[in-house]
Amino acid sequence: MAGLELLSDQGYRLDGRKATELRKLQARMGVFGQADGSAYMEQGNTKALAVVYGPHEVRGSRSKSLHDRAVINCQYSMATFSTAERKRRPHGDRKSSEMSLHLKQTFEAAVLTQLYPRSQIDIYVKILQSDGGNYSACVNAATLALVDAGIPMRDYVCACTAGFVEDTPLADLCHAEESGGGTTLSLALLPRSESIALVQMDARLHQDHLPALMEAATVACKGLSKVLDDVVRQHLQEVSVQTRE
Amino acid sequence: MATIQVSEAEKVYIMHGVRDDSRVDGRGCEDYRHMEIETDVVSNTDGSAKVSLGQTDILVGIKAEIGRPRPMVPDEGYLEFFVDCSANATPEFEGRGGEELGVELSNNLYKVFNNRHSLDLRSLCIRPGENCWVLYVDVLLLQCDGNLFDAMSIAIKAALFNTRIPNVHISEDEEGGKEIELSDDPYDCMRLNVENVPCIVTLCKIGHRHVVDATLQEKSCSVASLLISVTHKGTVTCVRKLGGGSLDPDSIFEMTETGKRVGKMLHVPLMELLQKEENLGRERTKVGFLA
Repeated sequence: MAGLELLSDQGYRLDGRKATELRKLQARMGVFGQADGSAYMEQGNTKALAVVYGPHEVRGSRSKSLHDRAVINCQYSMATFSTAERKRRPHGDRKSSEMSLHLKQTFEAAVLTQLYPRSQIDIYVKILQSDGGNYSACVNAATLALVDAGIPMRDYVCACTAGFVEDTPLADLCHAEESGGGTTLSLALLPRSESIALVQMDARLHQDHLPALMEAATVACKGLSKVLDDVVRQHLQEVSVQTRE
Repeated sequence: MATIQVSEAEKVYIMHGVRDDSRVDGRGCEDYRHMEIETDVVSNTDGSAKVSLGQTDILVGIKAEIGRPRPMVPDEGYLEFFVDCSANATPEFEGRGGEELGVELSNNLYKVFNNRHSLDLRSLCIRPGENCWVLYVDVLLLQCDGNLFDAMSIAIKAALFNTRIPNVHISEDEEGGKEIELSDDPYDCMRLNVENVPCIVTLCKIGHRHVVDATLQEKSCSVASLLISVTHKGTVTCVRKLGGGSLDPDSIFEMTETGKRVGKMLHVPLMELLQKEENLGRERTKVGFLA
């Protein structure tokens, strides 16, 4: 590796975290007034905005509509200033189309789509600042936005990345760790049932290490789900106080 | 959502309100809505600002990169504008839906800001004819509720105020080749002089009067609007008529006068606010979207 020590001898990472420690998580629901649901999420230096519209009638061609469930439509985009090097286009490139598809798959597994036949739910996510774990920040933000929109789901969807360095699984990678060349596993989990909504791993890893890596990601996702739950509860409390007044 | 439907009765109500100088939300004809400004919200840009004006939400990020100066003006840097109408604002902007509006908005921004009277472009020059700073001004529309131009211009001015460009040192090696070195010290930086950066005031003609900072509902009642960019001294730097209807010369004159007056009054509190925020220094708690 090019001079970067991802895990020090004392067991600390580049940003001073322990191997299983998550980055600081801050979130807020109901950021925008016009959308049906919206949320903002900060995972360390990664910042994501999610907006949900719907369920509403299928836009455009009717042929897209499904007679027994709702269509989930996702768009992932990155602000042109979000990365260290300026991006030319916010969306439409191969990477963001792939990310849109992954988000769609993730939320099809979680949203109770059969309750809204012939309709459509739009989920738009935007990365404002990117520092690793873009997919997971988007999933977590979108979960909160869906909750804000009042769309029924099986469970929260919590996503987190995990990496493997020097025989130690690391949770919630930052950009430097992701680009360090090691293995990165992204996991989206429905924490209560522990069922996996999406899993993806880049680069190779010995089969024997996989359970440890999955375990690390699962634990991280469960930790995240507690934080998300706190955010939702606090938001509801604030809203109910406001409405009482 | 950026599309609204206003019935005939509502239109009449809005027009009568404007006639009597009392708008639907209780404002007078020359009042702005509640505005919130925060700078330095995205840490991997050189300058950024978030502005919300009523329900309109705008985020501007500025990145400085080294490029080649334009051959016609070898001793000046330049600005590049990009307006991203994101699907966050309205589902209609999904895919390529927002591109047309984005191009229209960014073209107008070029006209208003990218000239040496607005910003000292010479200060962006590093080596005449060889290298200059290019400021990429990226505007992100997060929510549209009318009056995009005014909100955008304020956000751009705030972001330019916030922009810090690292100082450069040019070193020369034995063979005469020159190398540009950027300073590592975050405090060793260049600031831009934003004194002459104009603000845009958009005036909407409704009935026989015109209003400042029209909401989407009000905009749907107006035949045409006039975009005026005004500097802090009250100098008009750009005037454009927007919208499908026509305006008579007298009302254009009246609207320009109002625009000058309103624009001049806009600069003073804006600069005060930006200065105040900067003076807080490191004690300032960054709010961003978490408020």
